[in-house]
Amino acid sequence: MMKRPKIKSIPYEEFKDNETFEKLVAELNANGTNVIVRPLDDLINWGRSNSLWPLTFATSCCGIEFMAVCAARYDIARFGFEVTRNSPRQADVILVSGTITTKMAPVLKRLYDQMADPKYVVAIGGCSISGGPFTKSYHVVNGVDNIIPVDVYVPGCPPRPESFLYGMMQLQRKVKVENFFGTTNRKEKDPFDRAEMRRKEEELYNEEEEA
Amino acid sequence: MTQEQEKTVAAPSAQEGTVKTAAKVARPAAPAVPAAPAENACDLKTFAPAELRREMERLRREEKMDFLECLTGMDWQEEGLGVIYHLESTETGKRVCLKTATTDRENPLLPSVSDLWDIANIYEREVFDFYGIKFTGHPDMRRIFMREDWVGYPFRKDDDPEKQNPLRMDNEPLADVTETLTLNADGSVTRRENKIFEDGEYVVNIGPQHPSTHGVLHFRVSLDGETIKKIDPVLGYIHRGIEKMNESLTYPQTLALTDRLDYLGAMQNRHALCMCIEKAMGVEVSPRVQYIRTIMDELQRIDSHLLFFSCLCQDLGATTAFLYGFRDREKILDIFEETCGGRLILNYNTIGGVMADIHPNFRKRVKEFIPYMRKNIEEYFDIFIGNVIFHNRAEGVGVLTKEQCISFGCTGGTGRASGWHNDVRKRMPYAAYDKVEFKEIVRTEGDSFARLMIRMDEIRESLSIIEQLIDNIPEGNYQEKMKPVIKVPAGTYYSAVEGSRGEFGVLLESKGDKSPYRLHYRATGLPLVAVMDTACRGNMLADLITIGGTVDYVVPDIDR
Repeated sequence: MMKRPKIKSIPYEEFKDNETFEKLVAELNANGTNVIVRPLDDLINWGRSNSLWPLTFATSCCGIEFMAVCAARYDIARFGFEVTRNSPRQADVILVSGTITTKMAPVLKRLYDQMADPKYVVAIGGCSISGGPFTKSYHVVNGVDNIIPVDVYVPGCPPRPESFLYGMMQLQRKVKVENFFGTTNRKEKDPFDRAEMRRKEEELYNEEEEA
Repeated sequence: MTQEQEKTVAAPSAQEGTVKTAAKVARPAAPAVPAAPAENACDLKTFAPAELRREMERLRREEKMDFLECLTGMDWQEEGLGVIYHLESTETGKRVCLKTATTDRENPLLPSVSDLWDIANIYEREVFDFYGIKFTGHPDMRRIFMREDWVGYPFRKDDDPEKQNPLRMDNEPLADVTETLTLNADGSVTRRENKIFEDGEYVVNIGPQHPSTHGVLHFRVSLDGETIKKIDPVLGYIHRGIEKMNESLTYPQTLALTDRLDYLGAMQNRHALCMCIEKAMGVEVSPRVQYIRTIMDELQRIDSHLLFFSCLCQDLGATTAFLYGFRDREKILDIFEETCGGRLILNYNTIGGVMADIHPNFRKRVKEFIPYMRKNIEEYFDIFIGNVIFHNRAEGVGVLTKEQCISFGCTGGTGRASGWHNDVRKRMPYAAYDKVEFKEIVRTEGDSFARLMIRMDEIRESLSIIEQLIDNIPEGNYQEKMKPVIKVPAGTYYSAVEGSRGEFGVLLESKGDKSPYRLHYRATGLPLVAVMDTACRGNMLADLITIGGTVDYVVPDIDR
């Protein structure tokens, strides 16, 4: 059994819904853990979980609360999230703050696809969880989990900064229990895979010949 | 949450027992119509589409109706599809409402007025998008909020938008060509294609995901080197169809959505809707409520202007000033939180009053806040506004003349920075604004710096308004007794308040039911986005950020 992930700010017992979390841990460790790789994983995950860089992505009200979290009183920098990135290619986590409309949906998907693995999604607020007050609208996606996989849900309309931070700490715990080597770091296909590149080149060449 | 609200509105009116007895009594078919027409009822003059154009030209030229306040599309079913126009003369203050309708549902045509008022261009595109009314003579008849491959017109009463439009995950098409329709004398229509961007033009996309567009706004910017030649805004990335949703909600339920329009004007938006419904029903709210609403509106205005300042600093690279602004904004949020329970979405005003009485600490907190803010606003000048770099980036950048502001309907700070006296609090006093003394802040430069300074001065002015009211809140009910089911007498009503960034208007058409037939919001931000093309032309690309920041639009308010 792996040890419990420690978050500096809250003791383990004070988190709500530890059962779901423990189920996730058990799932990840179903095949046992490697004695050598696991400590290395822990080291890497300690670093990763304390420097999650969010993408500045906000569509409506929750975005203002996100700004409040970044500002002086709530100070997101205490947890290492303060490096907000404007480009998805440099971000680790996308905080979907606000309503996602059907017009925005392809854009959100594209932003998500542009992010580099390992990447995480936090659905902030009622709108991104289920459509919130706009569930019955003709132009609103009822939950971003219809489009992209979500790691943490933060309910509220908009959520208070405290719940914002709580949600982010849940994400930290999730990052801490992941198996990094051989699993998370292998999620994405190697873009410089020689065989793959050669195949693509040939395809391109054939297409040009045909044309 | 909306259900909860309904309960709270109904609660003060009657205890449970009386509700039951009331339900037994047969209700009259139509709600009682007040003896005199409601204060805010629109006196609509009807014109046939053929006569409309001549009448509009006469009003514009002879009566100097230079401000197109509101243009609302309507679906009157058997009466046809039509438009309601609200016009005002900035010289004489005279106001006119007109309406026109066409019974042709297959191919509805109305004359365009986009050459008389610049803002009509974007308003008519909105009506086309929602109702499918085509405006003849309009230079750019495209959809504005929906995707270009959207099927049907969602606001028509017989349209089922969800059935025809499944979630499309492919990238949206963006046309480079648009069309103008011309109505010939024999009734036939000629189509002419207009190019938005020429073939060789260099077009840069800014947004929808961009930190400086203040939300999900998309500009297609045509550049000549670094100079902006043209801007084509693409809207609708946060269009939630609030106006359409309102048609199936009860009146207390509709209130909940107003806070989410312009979340930095949550108090004022809700105030506008409550006021519109109250006046239409002939409900008089107590002076206590009027005072509380006025104070809350002004606190909200300071909140919004602080956020405006913070975000502008952040966009221009001054992160410390951003932190200073937010530090002070939190003080207002504390005050809100104690009384309303919310920080951003406040849900405070109700029909006939406010949700709860002010918190015992309210007066004390507000009185502490006034000198605190007065002191801290000086810091903003020290840290950011007095900076020569900022002066260079803002002075003379994005100049708008008074005529342009009026023609584009840019109310609020943007219009006042160009010398247009448009403050609704002075033009049409409401709540307790006729009981306080305050200056309407107006400047004449019309550039980005003036737009910032207007907001800074308005913070001081708002503080002085609050100071005059805070000690004099009269005793009284905080909630009038309302019927459990609220019905508004049939008619068309329009009320406006001075929102954080301009005139926020509510147009309500009721058929006497428990939900509105049509509820239209005059978005404060839509004219501000419409004017971006004019304001930015000839400026550098980097100035787009300054100009966009200082005209101060909030995107969920534009898209609704």
